[in-house]
Amino acid sequence: MHIPDGFLAVNTWAPAWVISVSGLGYCIRRVSGALKDKMIPLMGVMAAFIFAGQMLNFPVVAGTSGHLLGGVLAAVLLGPYAGAIVIAVVLTIQCLVFQDGGLTALGANIFNMSFVGAMGGYMIYNLIRKAIGSEKGILAGTAVAAWASVVLASSVCAVQLAISGTSPLRLALPAMALVHMLIGIGEAVISVLVVGFVLKTRPDLIYNKEDA
Amino acid sequence: MNKKEILLWLAVSLILAFFISPFASSSPDGLEKVADDKGFLEKGEAEPAFISPLPDYVWPGVHNEGFATGFAGIMGTLIVFGVAYGVGAAIKR
Repeated sequence: MHIPDGFLAVNTWAPAWVISVSGLGYCIRRVSGALKDKMIPLMGVMAAFIFAGQMLNFPVVAGTSGHLLGGVLAAVLLGPYAGAIVIAVVLTIQCLVFQDGGLTALGANIFNMSFVGAMGGYMIYNLIRKAIGSEKGILAGTAVAAWASVVLASSVCAVQLAISGTSPLRLALPAMALVHMLIGIGEAVISVLVVGFVLKTRPDLIYNKEDA
Repeated sequence: MNKKEILLWLAVSLILAFFISPFASSSPDGLEKVADDKGFLEKGEAEPAFISPLPDYVWPGVHNEGFATGFAGIMGTLIVFGVAYGVGAAIKR
């Protein structure tokens, strides 16, 4: 879902850059007081894992592949703000070093995957976690939020394509949402496996606002 | 997280990036597929705004495609780990 240069018009990518830079500034302010020492190496480790995971495209349907986005995974362990920052780091390195996602589109990619994916996904996760409670709530919340985060991020991407005049919304939105409903299943499976493993081995690493 | 745990998680990520990434599906991803179907793929094929050193996760000069991807994966995993760790430490300060 990394938008390359050329897909977005300046009327879309320029505001997306402004929103993403201010949004990341807000995330940094929110995190700076609350970041615990144990979370700093976890930020590095999560970024590394998500970067590696994003390289592993899995086949979905007829000549289409998908890969992990990792927004919900990062947010479940690091909270929404540090999670969003980690995803932004991954996207920035992918763009600058590997030409994955355009430089003009980087703001939009950060908007979609950090803010819609990690922060929006975390809101869904948190609602479900609180409603169900216990480990079951964490796993159910991770699964639903991971799936929804991919579908939502891809839908917002379709809106950006429409604003740019690249593809009309009535074509781009259903096409993007539909294929990402399938890719989202992979996202949910991977996220639940990793969160389940963390719950078994280091449950204290799951982000908990109350003790932050 | 102690040093051992950090190294363990990092090792898992490096193994994924080196040994598994060459076997990843090379089919277009969701966005590329939609772009192709809806006829706007060529819009993204103009000269990019910035030329990256390792485009498409390929280590230059390595003839074996699998190794070229694997080396790029290791490099990226380590860079991202260092940058995210550094950003975390800088924010904490």
